[in-house]
Amino acid sequence: MDLNKLSLKQALDGLKNREFSAEEITRDCLERIKSLEPALNAFVTILEEEALKSAKEADDRIRNRSGLPLLGVPFVIKDNFCTLGIRTTASSRVLDNFVPPYDATVVSKLKDAGMVLLGKTNMDAWAHGSSTETSDYGSTKNPWDLGYLPGGSSGGSAASVIADETIGAIGSETAGSIRQPASWCGIVGLKPTYGRVSRYGLIAMGSSLDSPGPLSKTVEDSALVLQVLAGQDQFDATSSPVKADNYTKDLSKNIDGLVVGVSADYFSVVAEEIKEKIADALAELEKLGATIKQIKLFDPKYAIAVYTILQRAEVSSNLARFDGIRYGYGREEFGEEAKRRIMLGTYVLSAGYYDQYYSKAQKVRTVIVDDFKKAFQEVDVIIGPTAPSVALPLGSSKNHPMFGEIADILVEPSTIAGLPGISIPCGFSNSGLPIGMQIIGPQFSESLILNVAYKYEQATAWHKEKPKL
Amino acid sequence: MRLTEDQVRHVAKLANLFLAEEEIVKFKSQLSETLKSAEELNQIDTAKFEITPQVTGLSNIMRLDATVPSLTQDQALQNARSKENGYFKVKAVFEGD
Repeated sequence: MDLNKLSLKQALDGLKNREFSAEEITRDCLERIKSLEPALNAFVTILEEEALKSAKEADDRIRNRSGLPLLGVPFVIKDNFCTLGIRTTASSRVLDNFVPPYDATVVSKLKDAGMVLLGKTNMDAWAHGSSTETSDYGSTKNPWDLGYLPGGSSGGSAASVIADETIGAIGSETAGSIRQPASWCGIVGLKPTYGRVSRYGLIAMGSSLDSPGPLSKTVEDSALVLQVLAGQDQFDATSSPVKADNYTKDLSKNIDGLVVGVSADYFSVVAEEIKEKIADALAELEKLGATIKQIKLFDPKYAIAVYTILQRAEVSSNLARFDGIRYGYGREEFGEEAKRRIMLGTYVLSAGYYDQYYSKAQKVRTVIVDDFKKAFQEVDVIIGPTAPSVALPLGSSKNHPMFGEIADILVEPSTIAGLPGISIPCGFSNSGLPIGMQIIGPQFSESLILNVAYKYEQATAWHKEKPKL
Repeated sequence: MRLTEDQVRHVAKLANLFLAEEEIVKFKSQLSETLKSAEELNQIDTAKFEITPQVTGLSNIMRLDATVPSLTQDQALQNARSKENGYFKVKAVFEGD
C-alpha cells in the first residue's frame, strides 16, 4: 500500500480512523528500507524486530483509544541520541560498542508519545561536518542522485525522510546540521531556539549551540513533532523555562502585513540559480500579503570565524571525556576530522591564547546577537537561502579542513544567536537537485516561522516532489 | 599565527592525542590556515561588548536537592572495558610508590 510515503499528519489521521494499522505502516517502511539500503546507507542500525514489536503494542493501544500524539508512527533518530539498550555510535568507531543505559530526553519523550523506532541514522562522526562523509560507517548518498552528498551532519535522517524509508526523523543542529541536509535533500528541517528542546542524552558537540529538532515531509509535521519535544527538562540546566506554544494552532494564520527582512550579504556567496529561486519565493510571499524589506545584517563571513573558534573549543572539551575507560574505545580511534577539531579547540583554549581567540569570539558573538535584535525591531522574520550551493558530489569534503563551515555560512550567524530557523523546499536546480529557503525568527518564535513556512508551502508544490529511486 | 611542529606536538599532548608524523605536518599547515582566517575577527572593534556565555540569558539554574532513581552500579559499569569488584579499573596514574 506504500504507507511509508505518508506524511506524519496523514499517518496519524489514518491510524485514528483505523484505515490501516501501525504494524502495516511499519512493515511498509521496513520493506522500503530493505530495498534501498545499503545503497543509500542512511542507517547505522536498523531495528526490524523491535519496531514490529512496538508497532503491535501501539495497535493494541489504538484499539483502546489511547490519545498519544505520535502513537504508532514509525520514526528514525540520529545516532547521536542515547537510546536505552540500543547501540549509539555518533557514527564514530570510538563508540562502536556503546550501548547506553538510559534514553536521551528527546527519545523518552518520543517513546512516551507512542512513536515506533525504526532505527538510528547515519551522520558525520560526532556531528562534525556537513556531508555525512566523515561517518566511520561510510557516507550516506543523496536520494536525488546517488553520486551526490546528502549534506550533514544529519544526512542519514534527511535522506531517509525524502526516500520514504520513514514517516519522520529527528536530527540535531549545531550550525546547519538540520537545515543544510534538509535543503540538500528537499525536505523540511526545523532548528528550534537554543534551549527549546533538551540536550540531555545528546552526545555533545558544541554545548552552547546544540539544538535537537525534526526533519519532516511537511511543515505541519515539524510543528507536530516540536510539540512533543519542546519544554524545560530538569536534566538540562540550559533548557528554557519559557512556556512552549501550541505550534499547530497558528499554522494557517493570514500573513498579510508580515515584514520579511532580506540581507544582500546573504546572497553574495550564493549560486545564481539559487538566488533566482529565492527571489521567486519572496514574490510568492508578497502575493500572500508580506512586504519585503532590504536590511543590512552583520556580514556572515565573520560568523564563520566566531563559529569555528567557539565550536572547536567546545568540541575539544566535550570529547575529552572519551578515554575508553567508562565506555567505548580509546582516543586512538578518533578519525581525522575529530582530531583536527580537538587540536584547534585545545590550542585556542590553552594558556596565553584564550583571550586572543576564545574571548574575542565570545565578544563578537554578542555583536551578532545585538545585530539580530536590532533587525527584529524592523522586520518580523528574515529570509534567505539555506546553503550557498545545491548538493555537491561525493568526495567534495575530503581534504578541505573548513568544508562544513563554508557550506554552513548562511546558518552560522543565526545559530550563534540561538535563533530558530526552518528550511523548506523552494525549487530545483537545472541539474534536478533541491534548493532550500530558510526563515529565521527571534528567539522562541517557532510558531511564527512555522506559520510563514506553512503559508508558502500551501501556495506551492515543491514539497510534493520525490526522487525516482 | 604560524604554528611550529613542536607546538602541534605540545597541543596533541595536552589533548591526549597520539599523532603520526605525517599528521603533525598536515595539522601544522591546516591549523595555521584556520587560525589565520580566525584572525579576521581582529577587524571588529569589540571594546564595548561583553561576552555571551549563555545565549538565552539563563543563569544559576537550581533544582530540588532530592534523590531520584538513577543508574545501578551494574548499569554504570556495563560499558567499561575493564572492571573489578564493581569499580572501573584503570592503569596507575602515579609511578613508583
